[in-house]
Amino acid sequence: MPFGLGIAKGMMVTLRNLARKPVTVQYPEQRVTQNPRFRGEDFVWYEERCTGCASCAKYCPQGIIKIVTSPSGEQTQEGEKYKLETFDIEIARCMFCGLCVEACPYDALHMGTGFERAMPRKSDLVITVDELRASAKRPSTWFRPQLQDRGYDPASGEEVSWQDAGREATVAPTYDDMLKRWVEKR
Amino acid sequence: MESSFDKNALFANLNDIFLDLLPESLSWMAYLGTGLTIILIMVNAVLMLTAFGTYMERRVLGRFQTRLGPNRVGPFGLLQPLADLLKLITKEDLRPESADKITFFLAPVLMVTSMLVVVAVVPFGKDSFLADLNIGVLYLVGIPTIATVSMFLGGWGSGNRFALLGAARAVAMLISYEVPMIVSLAGILILAGSMSLVDVVQAQQIPFILLQPIAFFVFLVSASAEMNRSPFDLMEAESELTAGFHTEFSGMRFGLLQLAEFGEVVVTSAILATLFLRGWENPFIPADWQQVLPPQLWLIGKMLFFMLIFTWIRATLPRMRIDQVMAFAWKVLFPLALINMFVTAALVVAWPDPTYTQLWIMVGVNWAVAIGCLTGYTLSRGRHRQKPTESVRLVQIPAEVN
Amino acid sequence: MALPSESITINLGPQHPSTHGVFRIRVTLDGEVIQDIEPIFGYLHRGTEKLAEERTYTQIVTLTDRLDYTSSMINNQAYVMATEKLAGLEVPERAQYLRVLTAELQRVASHLMGIGFFLQDLGAMGTPLMYCFRERERILDLFEMICGARVTVSYMRPGGVTQEPPPEFWPALKELLSEFPHYIDELERLILENEIVVARTKGVGLLPRELAIDSSISGPNLRASGVAWDLRKADPYDVYGRMDFDIPVGSNGDSYDRFLVRVMEIHQSLRIVEQCVQQIPDGPIRSEVPYFFRPPPGDAYAHVEASKGELGFYLVSDGGIAPYRCKIRAPSFINLTALTEMLLGWKVADLMVIFGSLDVNMGEVDR
Ligand code: SF4
Ligand code: SF4
Repeated sequence: MPFGLGIAKGMMVTLRNLARKPVTVQYPEQRVTQNPRFRGEDFVWYEERCTGCASCAKYCPQGIIKIVTSPSGEQTQEGEKYKLETFDIEIARCMFCGLCVEACPYDALHMGTGFERAMPRKSDLVITVDELRASAKRPSTWFRPQLQDRGYDPASGEEVSWQDAGREATVAPTYDDMLKRWVEKR
Repeated sequence: MESSFDKNALFANLNDIFLDLLPESLSWMAYLGTGLTIILIMVNAVLMLTAFGTYMERRVLGRFQTRLGPNRVGPFGLLQPLADLLKLITKEDLRPESADKITFFLAPVLMVTSMLVVVAVVPFGKDSFLADLNIGVLYLVGIPTIATVSMFLGGWGSGNRFALLGAARAVAMLISYEVPMIVSLAGILILAGSMSLVDVVQAQQIPFILLQPIAFFVFLVSASAEMNRSPFDLMEAESELTAGFHTEFSGMRFGLLQLAEFGEVVVTSAILATLFLRGWENPFIPADWQQVLPPQLWLIGKMLFFMLIFTWIRATLPRMRIDQVMAFAWKVLFPLALINMFVTAALVVAWPDPTYTQLWIMVGVNWAVAIGCLTGYTLSRGRHRQKPTESVRLVQIPAEVN
Repeated sequence: MALPSESITINLGPQHPSTHGVFRIRVTLDGEVIQDIEPIFGYLHRGTEKLAEERTYTQIVTLTDRLDYTSSMINNQAYVMATEKLAGLEVPERAQYLRVLTAELQRVASHLMGIGFFLQDLGAMGTPLMYCFRERERILDLFEMICGARVTVSYMRPGGVTQEPPPEFWPALKELLSEFPHYIDELERLILENEIVVARTKGVGLLPRELAIDSSISGPNLRASGVAWDLRKADPYDVYGRMDFDIPVGSNGDSYDRFLVRVMEIHQSLRIVEQCVQQIPDGPIRSEVPYFFRPPPGDAYAHVEASKGELGFYLVSDGGIAPYRCKIRAPSFINLTALTEMLLGWKVADLMVIFGSLDVNMGEVDR
């Protein structure tokens, strides 16, 4: 093997790559496609579905979900649904593991799709309940096979209503169903 | 300086204009004015080219690495050098406590000066140059070494051990690479019969890159070593010495060092174009292409070509180690340069006044010698004849049947 | 003849372009030659082992992502295997295949990164690194498809994996498998025979077979020293026993061999992925395991062949919802044991080459 052939081969490889299309994109204007399961930072939360059970807060390894509830008068059955006073996610310490979403028995909490929450102060990095109520409902399909089976892609911009977000679609579960699914099965 | 006036129409015309403008008693200022004007043009041209060079290098390097490169500032990112400049100027200028004030101040200034001064002898056209020194080639190899001295000043003066190591490497490399560089130029001088760069360009009936392949290789390698380019960027070896001799420089001092570094690429490209690619003339053998571009643009085009080659090399090759760099200089480049000098001398003795055909025979002989050297070197490194990848083998352990 | 000279001490790191994180070495140099080194660890210590005592078994999966952040899948695998052993959980076969598949993809990604940074340390101005990252990115895209994250995947759970890959995953994987050999081929042409790379790495940083075994070095570094030891073959876990692949073994134990072993392992990993795709059965992907479960008191150790070497988790349970003790055998940390012997006498430029060729990850070293 003549001396210098290795270098020559390498030079040809780089030269060929010069003609290639760049793989990077110009970020704010162009974006790479995001997969529907992407675990983003803006959580999607349906107040209508949430019972205030605080399973999510309990499963969070960081313990950053703060939930304050009060017994609500709306529901007939005591303890079935609580009124949410506070539902704050201290996003600064969140690692987007999705365990909270995995834990939510009522499919009320979903991962979001964003990744651009930069703030000058750490104390600003809290998603408050008001923000959660107001935010666009474009949930990630992570751990939500019902959304994925429907072919839902949050990148399409389509919003999902609270009736559609659940595993059991629109029909609200009966008490017996709940007992079977969440008590006896565990 | 009188010689410049005699040969250089540009000088003479400008001098006349100044003489007309100035009163009789101040006629001595015309000379000064002419010189300063031309220097101003030249320096700015080089600086502009350098700025464009940094942009081009970053952009092309980006494309080599299949990324975009700087493209935010201005159209296609063309204003990036300006943005860099603004950033560097507004940065805090730090000087470490342990630094030596004088050398720390001198290093960037000297480095830029030494880079700019070299341009003086580069002819941008038959009539447009600052000075046609009769020792032009010597000047070319002599002045850039000041840059190395300033590297040492900066490295030693900043009171940082990384910088000191980088500076020590710089000096060691200077001593090694200056020798093959000068010897490689001997062949050209023999062929041209003059040390003036204008004469060298005019002597190139066939571009010297064809006539002197070995000299071109040796000069290219030693020049990239001298100006601190990959694969010889040992003195600022980023992965080892953080930033080598300029570890401690910040703000505009750092900017000046970077300017000098890129400027050297521009200047070296100009030198390479002048010495090996017929300078301001068209690089092609049939000379009737002369009118296609003005001579200045020919030279600048060739400079861009060489700058691209330097970028290409930088994009591909990893860095060598200091002892390998030294060994390469003394064991490979120096003998090569000597062989080249002797072969050229023998050819010139055989045909003191070669015709066009004889020149082509010279080209053949020189390339044969070059290929012979490569073959000889390959054969001499017998232990490497085996492929390097043979040291790892695959061991087969059968899969368990489950 | 040597002129008397004074030795100088320089401090490489913790902020240094090529210490792969926040490693610090205090080097005493005689000119350019290394006389003495003193590695200093701990800048990235996050107390993972202690944190694990405060987390439930499921939550610890998220901690393991952050050990060797270039091979999160394999870390997940090692941890969940230890938990399953401890709690006696069943893993469905499909889940095992998915684990092997993702772990091998992760190994490719990790080796690409190791190679890229190794060449970066050699001074190759980022081009090979960019190419490696470009290829790695495609694997990370697949990970994002499966589990929504690229680096901190948290894909596996005790008793299986979180999710079935989406339907578009399989065609994407097939495309990747058909294109990847060309990428690796290109990379090989770029660097493997480059005279400068060969000159810089051949014979540099020798790790003799005996020293490698004595200092319990594992992974590609051990194999480069001529020991055919791979846990995937020596103690097959999950479904590795059914896979047909070879182990690259070096003969010199120098930096070049360590680097080449990694390149060749990429090919073998791709072979395994291909076999997984062919063999994978249908079925459940996760056995029914509650989030909070209490393994019986006892202890368990599980080890896997991670991209850097043998990664082991030792868990002690006292019957609670969190482990009583979690000990991590981090391969990168143990691979650094022989660093002093390997470095002494070499030049400062070789320091980075040798250190880079060991391919350590500080997240794992400091834990
Ligand atoms: S994603 Fe993980 S860290 Fe973030 S809130 Fe949910 S459980 Fe907690
Ligand atoms: S787990 Fe779900 S339902 Fe329960 S509080 Fe959290 S979001 Fe609401």
